[in-house]
Amino acid sequence: MFDFLDMNELLGAFWVTVKLTVYSALGSLIWGTMLAGMRVGPIPLMRGFGTVYVNVVRNIPLTVIIVFTSLGLYSTLGIALGGDTIPVINFRLAVLGLIAYTSAFVCEALRSGINTVPVGQAEAARALGLSFTQVLRLIVLPQAFRSVVNPMANVLIALTKNTTVASAIGVAEAAYLMKGLIEEYAALLLIAGVFALGFICLTLPTGLILGWVSKKVAVKR
Amino acid sequence: MKLRKVTAASAAVLSLALAATACGSGKKKDDAAGGGSEAGGKITIGIKIDQPGIGLKTPDGSYTGFDVDVATYVAKELGYKESDIVFKETKSADRETAIERGDVKFIAASYSINDERLQKVDFAGPYLLAHQDILVRADDDSIKDPKDLNGKKLCSVTGSTSAKNVKEKLAPKAQLQEYGGYSECLTGLENKVIDALTTDDSILAGYAAQEAFKGKFKLAGFRMSNENYGIGLKKGDADLKKKINAALEKMVKDGSWDKAVEANFGPAGYKNEPAPKIGNIVK
Amino acid sequence: MTSVLYDAQGPSAKRRNLLYTALFLAASAVVVWWVYDGLNSKGQLDWVKWEPFFTSSQPYVTYIWPGLQNTLTAAALALVIALPLGAFFGIARLSDHWWVRGIAGTVVEFFRAIPVLILMLFANQAYSDFTDIDSDMRPLYAVVTGLVLYNASVLAEIVRAGIQSLPTGQTDAAKAIGMRKGQTMRYVLLPQSVTAMLPAIVSQLVVIVKDTALGGAMLTFSELLASVRPMSANYGANNIASFTVVALIFIALNFALTSFASWLERKLRRGKKSTGAVVHAGPGGGLETIGPPTIHTDDGQSG
Repeated sequence: MFDFLDMNELLGAFWVTVKLTVYSALGSLIWGTMLAGMRVGPIPLMRGFGTVYVNVVRNIPLTVIIVFTSLGLYSTLGIALGGDTIPVINFRLAVLGLIAYTSAFVCEALRSGINTVPVGQAEAARALGLSFTQVLRLIVLPQAFRSVVNPMANVLIALTKNTTVASAIGVAEAAYLMKGLIEEYAALLLIAGVFALGFICLTLPTGLILGWVSKKVAVKR
Repeated sequence: MKLRKVTAASAAVLSLALAATACGSGKKKDDAAGGGSEAGGKITIGIKIDQPGIGLKTPDGSYTGFDVDVATYVAKELGYKESDIVFKETKSADRETAIERGDVKFIAASYSINDERLQKVDFAGPYLLAHQDILVRADDDSIKDPKDLNGKKLCSVTGSTSAKNVKEKLAPKAQLQEYGGYSECLTGLENKVIDALTTDDSILAGYAAQEAFKGKFKLAGFRMSNENYGIGLKKGDADLKKKINAALEKMVKDGSWDKAVEANFGPAGYKNEPAPKIGNIVK
Repeated sequence: MTSVLYDAQGPSAKRRNLLYTALFLAASAVVVWWVYDGLNSKGQLDWVKWEPFFTSSQPYVTYIWPGLQNTLTAAALALVIALPLGAFFGIARLSDHWWVRGIAGTVVEFFRAIPVLILMLFANQAYSDFTDIDSDMRPLYAVVTGLVLYNASVLAEIVRAGIQSLPTGQTDAAKAIGMRKGQTMRYVLLPQSVTAMLPAIVSQLVVIVKDTALGGAMLTFSELLASVRPMSANYGANNIASFTVVALIFIALNFALTSFASWLERKLRRGKKSTGAVVHAGPGGGLETIGPPTIHTDDGQSG
């Protein structure tokens, strides 16, 4: 009944999914924060760049971005991101594509978090003579981050699910394995059930844990 | 009141979208209905629309390729006018179903005859003997034998049998890049991040023969498998099979077959096999 | 808030900002030049590869328009089917009976936790194994099924949040004049919350449009993205050019939808007759309910 199930293969595929998620999450957190900084900063050109970036990236299907990293960046511009075998290169390209896409949503979540920080906080910081970067780094962002744990958890869950798109350039993650299995074996419901369960195991705890964290760190006002 | 207007406007947009959808699907039904009708009406033939040299939808909406030429010839022999032929895209995975359901009268879409498919459909022909081969850059002489593919970067379409064939038998250490279509592979091959593209030599020849690629790529000439292209038709339709076979024989005899090969694969320097004998399947 | 983060600029700050602007411009210029040079040296900017899109309508008529039609068809069907389903589950989650809430909640959470692509792959195989749907309609069915299952559960949350965004006085007043639960929902709560939900629903449409591209990449659904393949096969594998054109069309389409959604939102915020409450789209969960100030959570569920 479970003859399609090669435990090593399955865990291997989900391990790739987890790695894709973790690397992309860290990357988009950094790039997304920088974008948010640009969008609220004093320099008009950077504000413009941030706005255009977010509005363009949010409106392109992730599939297009991922395929483009492979065809445009790797095949045409020759950026292999330091990898030398195809699986490694594709994995890194997929991470890059996921970061480019997800950071737009991280930026927007963070920006709305910045808006929840009371104006007085920033005014007080400026009265103390802090510069823009200091206000942002020491006063506003720490509070903003605490208020956006929940939206960020949603971005993270969406990212976990979005990693399946990496199979479009042949990254051997969970959806790639599932596609192969359902073409080969007749046990459709079982296979789909196993993969559905796998994703629930990944996304449900994320939501629960971060939901708890969000309550724990929320700024009481 | 403004709110009402907004709600009404949204409803209007939605119903418009719905209406458009209804129109769209209605049109498709009409097309499909043409498939089942007998002589005198239209004939629907399944082909590929994204393989140069085999079956390709050209920008003006017409179709070209060797399979298209064969299908047109056969349809004419069956008594249909050229204007009565309706070509329809049949993707590889859907070919058996399309025949079984009668969506198409027959299929000429780089459709190789094998035992698994013979369980579900009948084949007329074969009309072309192709082999799995690789396409490399014209100036690349490093691959002289399929074994040389070990350690090279090889491209093919996701889940294709030719990819499996190389991976499992010929060169297990080849790195495989999989894409949804061959033209994605060509970008990589052109820019030297991919070393070879593998599939049937007829398809590869079609790409190499394209105006934009003249002189850029060459076929290695490996015969890594035998692919007997046949015309797929409904199981048990012996009458149609006989008529198509007769048409194919006539096509070879009166020289149209050679002309079609020359027109579609010629520019690539593709050394085609001579026209196969009807019913002679090379294993 | 934005302008509160920094002081009005004095002469030295202005100079510094100018310097940063110049540096940023220079860095961007280097990147742009490098990409341009890379594309150019690989012949990707050759006029032959781009010419078809500028000199004739053929690529649009033959490949792009049919693809766009399929994209729009799938998106419209998915929304139209998912809306009532979503409303049903959203209302069920507000039921007074714990078991109705429980079942609806489980279904909604289940489908929100699974990638759309997995749902589509499953639907495609299921239709091919157990039904005899026409082989060229099957990818459409599969794509729409996947989209409906996922988006119905997101819409359920939007509906729930929309209803919860109404002041409790509305329910109390309805009870006071003797309305039953069903009547309260139909005549009092739903009509008012629909306006609050509209922007979120339109935003969700963007997610749906983007997700149809999954069907093109993985399921042989002939939508807009998949139209690149026969197109580039004709124009000498001009993948970069073809993908760029298709990406621009996606951006234009979705940008129009996003703008429409925010226009609706502004309109509704100003509306005197409504409660002023607006539900923000937060596909993937965690919707913020009531009007200003809110946290806008668009977390980018999609493909």
